[in-house]
Amino acid sequence: MEQLAETVTAHAGVDPFIFFFTVFVLAVFVGYHVVWNVTPALHTPLMSLTNAISSIVVVGAILAAAPLEMGAPTLLGLGAVMLAAVNIVGGFMVTQRMLAMFRKRDGGN
Amino acid sequence: MLSPNMVALAYLAASVLLILALKGLSSPETARRGNLLGMVGMALAIAVTLQLDVVHNYGWIIAAFVVGGVIGGIGAKRISMTAMPQLVAFMHSLVGLSAVLIAISAMLNPAGYGIADAAGGLPTGNRIELFLGSFIGMITFSASLVAFGKLQGLLSGRPLVFSGQHGLNLLLGVVMLIAGILFCVSGSGTAFALMLMVALPLGVLLIMPIGGADMPVIVSMLNSYSGWAAAGIGFTLGNTMLIIAGALVGSSGAILSYIMCKAMNRSLIHVLLGGFGGEAAGEGGGGGGAAADRPVKSGAPEDAAFLLQNARSVLIVPGYGLAVARAQHALKEMVDLLLARGVQVRFAIHPVAGRMPGHMNVLLAEADVPYDLVHEMDEINSEFADTDVALVIGANDVTNPAAKNDPSSPIFGMPVLEVAKARHVLFIKRSLSAGYAGLDNDLFYQDNTMMIFSDAKKACEALVQALD
Repeated sequence: MEQLAETVTAHAGVDPFIFFFTVFVLAVFVGYHVVWNVTPALHTPLMSLTNAISSIVVVGAILAAAPLEMGAPTLLGLGAVMLAAVNIVGGFMVTQRMLAMFRKRDGGN
Repeated sequence: MLSPNMVALAYLAASVLLILALKGLSSPETARRGNLLGMVGMALAIAVTLQLDVVHNYGWIIAAFVVGGVIGGIGAKRISMTAMPQLVAFMHSLVGLSAVLIAISAMLNPAGYGIADAAGGLPTGNRIELFLGSFIGMITFSASLVAFGKLQGLLSGRPLVFSGQHGLNLLLGVVMLIAGILFCVSGSGTAFALMLMVALPLGVLLIMPIGGADMPVIVSMLNSYSGWAAAGIGFTLGNTMLIIAGALVGSSGAILSYIMCKAMNRSLIHVLLGGFGGEAAGEGGGGGGAAADRPVKSGAPEDAAFLLQNARSVLIVPGYGLAVARAQHALKEMVDLLLARGVQVRFAIHPVAGRMPGHMNVLLAEADVPYDLVHEMDEINSEFADTDVALVIGANDVTNPAAKNDPSSPIFGMPVLEVAKARHVLFIKRSLSAGYAGLDNDLFYQDNTMMIFSDAKKACEALVQALD
């Protein structure tokens, strides 16, 4: 219990933005290291996959489309859901299609 | 209904899955599994969001998703591999637009996101994030549409340059910034709308002056922007998963832009200032002397076939001209015949061989060329000296020795494939015409070079016949 109280004080007064910014900076580092490891042969699938991944904004779109009353905010949200869905389905599918073409010489993969 | 902590943990799991998806791309063997993990991560994120208490409008949301999904699915199935850069550019514009729509919706109804202050308006912190997310989104949208138009051939690939262009861009940028700051300070809807209305043409103007040769950089850069826009929306909604995913995509696009710039020895600033590939054609430069008065050795496909089948090792340098002529499949047949005769055949790929990063690898994979025969420039460049025949098809600038030897050449400093070091060089090319950068190539006039003046597809088919 005492420990919990201490944790709270350690973070007291810190703007949530700082917390999100911390996550952001760390994620940039993760992205940097992961992407440098991607083989150059797969850079095109990398782009179509990141296209699908950035369509994670669909989460925001669903929240925008969440209310039942069909005002402008909801309609905009539905539009955003549709656009993001084009990318999510299209991005993952076209990536899969490309990756399926990469084969080794001796049959197999 | 999951507790808020469970929701946060599920989002964390989804974020990890998306990271693993990218990690899978480190090798073709793990890539497909990686893509599947990405799909699972995305499905998890969507499912968790749909079950939230605030979401009521299931029917419409699912309908909108299905409509979009069907369109995306049909597009993904039908698109040809040569058109991949256009597809990717088009998809970037959709991410940008959807980020803008979300931002406007959040602006109109902040309470819907639980981010309204006591008076029902947007708090200042959220305004800044909303400003960043929406202007990056809007620029991504309009710039990607122009890039799409150029790649698809709907707009001229030539750089469009007019006087006062940079001044106009600067002016628009400043107006947008002022409107954005006004919005952040006052929360005024008018300022927000003005900011978006200025960002729209700004995106168009930024891409218009950029020529076709620089498109790989631009597509990568817009890839990066679409990620930052997603991260911006993540900040607005206070959703760490969006921030993580956006940051991953943002850094990925930035790395690809860097790789492409390095491969062309151009700085991002130079690319953005534009005009490349326009005036260079007029200057000629580099190669020295007009093409017409220098002797070239030209040969028939049969001569080339003779050289190829008597070689121990062959390195093929494909360029985008190969794809334009749809010669990949004929080329693959020729490679099979050479392999059957015990000739060592490999491909050497320059990073800008296609219209986007890694494009040539996909085009070759589509033609069933095994990926273990395909090597990147850095891996294989030292082996040209040990190669009997270098066969260049539909490429030019990426082999130009002027990039190494001629400091006055516009492409000086660009890393090139050291084709000149091979014992024999075969060029399949329609004519002696200059490459993308508008330069003559000294390689054409070398003693050990044979030019085969033909369409790439016809030449490959003739080679197959001669070898058969």
